[in-house]
Amino acid sequence: MPSFSMDNMVSILPEMIVLSLALAVLMFDLALPKDEKRYLAYFSVAGLAIAGYQTMNLAGLQLDTFYGMFVLDGYAIFFKVLFYIAAAIAILISIGYVKGQEMDKGEYYALILFATAGMMVMASGADLISIYLGLELMALSVYILAGFMRGSMKSNEAALKYFLLGAFSSGILLYGIAIIYGVTGTTNLAGIAAFIQSGQYSGPALTLAMILLVAGFGFKVAAVPFHMWVPDVYEGAPTSVTAFMSVGPKAAGFAAFLRVFTTALPGIQPDWTVIIASLAIMSMLIGNVVAISQTNIKRMLAYSSIAHAGYAMVGFVSGGMQGVSSVMMYLFIYMFMNLGAFGMVVMLRKDGVAGEELKDFAGLAKKNRTAALLMMVFMFSLAGIPPTAGFMGKFYVFMAAIDAGFTWLAIIGVMMSAVSAYFYLRVIMYMYMKEPEGEFELAAPLSLKLAMAVAVLGVLYIGMAPAGLIDFARISIAGMM
Amino acid sequence: MGIRQGILLALVFVPVLAAIPVLLVPSGRAARLIALIITAFELALSLVPFAVFMQPRPDGWLVRLDLSWIPAFGINFSLGLDGISLLMAALTAFLFMLSVLVSWDAIRDKSPMFHFMLLVMETCVMGVFLSTDLFLFYLFWEVMLVPMFFLIGVWGHGRKVYSAVKFFVYTFTGSLFMLLAIIGLYVIHGSQAGEYTFALEALKSTHVEPATGLWLFAAFFIGFAVKVPVFPIHSWLPDAHTDAPTAGSVILAGLLLKTGAYGLIRFGFPLFPEASAAYIPVILAVGIIGVYYAAWIAYAQEDMKRLVAYSSISHLGFVVLGIAAWNEVSLAGSVLQMVNHGITTGALFIMVGMLDERMHTRDISAFGGLWSKAPGLSAFFLLFIVSSLGLPGLNNFAGELLILVGLFKEYPYLAAAAFAGVVFTLIYLLRLAQKVLFGPPATDAEFHDLSPREAAILVPLAILVVVIGLYPRILIGPIEGPIKALVSPVAAVKTAGATPQAATAPAQTAAADRGGTP
Repeated sequence: MPSFSMDNMVSILPEMIVLSLALAVLMFDLALPKDEKRYLAYFSVAGLAIAGYQTMNLAGLQLDTFYGMFVLDGYAIFFKVLFYIAAAIAILISIGYVKGQEMDKGEYYALILFATAGMMVMASGADLISIYLGLELMALSVYILAGFMRGSMKSNEAALKYFLLGAFSSGILLYGIAIIYGVTGTTNLAGIAAFIQSGQYSGPALTLAMILLVAGFGFKVAAVPFHMWVPDVYEGAPTSVTAFMSVGPKAAGFAAFLRVFTTALPGIQPDWTVIIASLAIMSMLIGNVVAISQTNIKRMLAYSSIAHAGYAMVGFVSGGMQGVSSVMMYLFIYMFMNLGAFGMVVMLRKDGVAGEELKDFAGLAKKNRTAALLMMVFMFSLAGIPPTAGFMGKFYVFMAAIDAGFTWLAIIGVMMSAVSAYFYLRVIMYMYMKEPEGEFELAAPLSLKLAMAVAVLGVLYIGMAPAGLIDFARISIAGMM
Repeated sequence: MGIRQGILLALVFVPVLAAIPVLLVPSGRAARLIALIITAFELALSLVPFAVFMQPRPDGWLVRLDLSWIPAFGINFSLGLDGISLLMAALTAFLFMLSVLVSWDAIRDKSPMFHFMLLVMETCVMGVFLSTDLFLFYLFWEVMLVPMFFLIGVWGHGRKVYSAVKFFVYTFTGSLFMLLAIIGLYVIHGSQAGEYTFALEALKSTHVEPATGLWLFAAFFIGFAVKVPVFPIHSWLPDAHTDAPTAGSVILAGLLLKTGAYGLIRFGFPLFPEASAAYIPVILAVGIIGVYYAAWIAYAQEDMKRLVAYSSISHLGFVVLGIAAWNEVSLAGSVLQMVNHGITTGALFIMVGMLDERMHTRDISAFGGLWSKAPGLSAFFLLFIVSSLGLPGLNNFAGELLILVGLFKEYPYLAAAAFAGVVFTLIYLLRLAQKVLFGPPATDAEFHDLSPREAAILVPLAILVVVIGLYPRILIGPIEGPIKALVSPVAAVKTAGATPQAATAPAQTAAADRGGTP
């Protein structure tokens, strides 16, 4: 067991930066007048950029610190970079939106940063307890964010629903952790793996604990059958929060999910493979099929988010270097395209209110060519049509599945992709092939434009030159596999 | 990278690069002009190889271009030009230039975006015909759907949105299965050879287990067959053709359908010699059914565009038969017929578009006695109709004859049945000619004969119809070598009836076993 040393401080440097940033935002909030809160956003983005720079400086290190509770490895760094970009884009999307929705408070940005810190701890956790701590920090921040639109019934309902179900799922997760501790006598991931490897225990309790963990993490990544909260919360929460929620916590959930199952539970891999494979199938099926009948674009994207969790889990099931790196790449790509899609929903206002219905997009191409073009790129990417990044992501996931012998999973995934083409295409159809009704109003401050530019460049660049990201993902997990 | 590779690269990428300024210009006129210049440039570029380099390299290609693209997956940016792809590339360039010309007056709404889509489409079609890396091929194949979706959905007529979505979903579904098969083949090859690659030449040497091969070929076949289209997965075609703007119909019929047949010739059969041999009865059956069934339905059509659309399915049935027979004669016939069909059917769609622009209807019964009103237009129409029904001396005759002769060598009875199918073609096309061109005039409405622009579109088409009909060697010459190279490996498997590789290389089989069971 490593002793306490300076390594400990180095390994949590990124978390320290983000947490100090969050506290600084809270302090500056007091000094800033009511209409100037946007400076907090710029400050946060700049801070995230510094954190990103510092984190990249740590690349290549392999630190096992805090008595095995916390690791800094390539895998954690990959996800941290993902979280910084997700948080920065989400903050840029928010600036204009929070003003319009009367939720222009400094705490908003601080909460996003706290959630980001929580996600970072989840990605670095090497012990079930530290992972749980990170998860709760993230979850509590996001519960509040979901209800940030205090005047809106829907937002309140979303927050309460999310909180109740989230608390319940955390309980289930804790229960699983407790059983694992009872069986193995440790919560350390490596320790659990070693215990299972030694073959001292072969009873059903371990399987039960594994199922409980799947339920806990499955809730966070929005996989069927733990998805009931998703449509309502995504619809009710402020759109900018939904954007953040659909990529950040989902990716963090996968980061912890993958690490726990591949490092602590490889001994019972056949058991969890079956369960996660069935979760993947159900998520792809229900997510895509139910999305067809949605008329509210936020709900449609909610079901699409469920479906995408399913695709990512196909890579998860495939396992190995290919499988894990395909999930990482998929989440990275999903971050760009989904933030882009939600950013467009944030941008669109119709007759003075937020345009969240599918029909609000009708005729957008006539009114604003650039906006329609951007939304089109994001929709094609979500549908997985080249030359966008979404295609590369799906391609890698399905390739990993076929390589690992899960051809049938890839076949189901492909069939569901064909189904999904219909509802993504429908948005494009509305924008380009219908006549506009009512007054369009595009609330696009410079910050939102910047965020969309980053997202669309990410989608197109990764779509055409994915080699860099693939290598980044593969090198990141070289030490873990 | 020499000048020859530069030409290949330019063929593929010049249109898409030019598409960006086209989208940005404010006026439709400028957009049209740029598009015309670019497509004309492409046509000139595609004709250069005919004049300058027809000497094949030792590996059979005229030009090759290999650039590393995504090394982590073994994906290369590989283009290759041989006689077959050269013909298809030239046809592509030719039909795209005509598409710009036929849209000159017809497309006034959002003209820059229309030409943007056309140019993106040209890049994709060129890419499909020139790629020799399966991943790259799939990429172009899939992107192709996007501009077509817009061409139909935005500038079409009638139930355009319905047709556009139907077209997209049908072909997208088909090609996703092909994607799985491509990945499957890639994985099998990788586990055998230890080198993961999507290169066509390397994948040809893969030893695929017979049972796996059947699945993989079936998936490829579905992907290609939806595009061809083969009965019974053709139902997107009449809707898409009917509701597309004229340029869209020309590209659909002239090029998109050809990508399916081309895919079978370039990828489907050569990659799976054994599995494809096993499927030949099925392919022959769907081919012959297509010939008859589509002809029968074409006879019942009142809408001229729909009639021509169904005639496409019927004609492509012959192409499929020629591919399934897989000998040098039938295959040469199929490739020739792919070009011929592109020219003739493209011309018919253009003419129907011209009639539609004048009368605002495509209903056969609304026309009659056209010859007395517009003799120039009628003469061209008649020429293309008799070309389509295979009049000796015109282009389709040469292609169909080669297909039937090649088919007769392998399956005499089937050839006889297919030959009788030509009679069906005769019936519905002659009915079209008779009702529209002759008889009493249906209306007294004013009817203009051809404008100079329209004549300029039709004259080159007519010249090609006659020249290819009289001297098909100009097209068969370039494709002889490549076809010979394609036929021999597959034919060897067909005649041997067994798997020669398995006998000579037991070690390879063992490797395949390991690869097959993960």
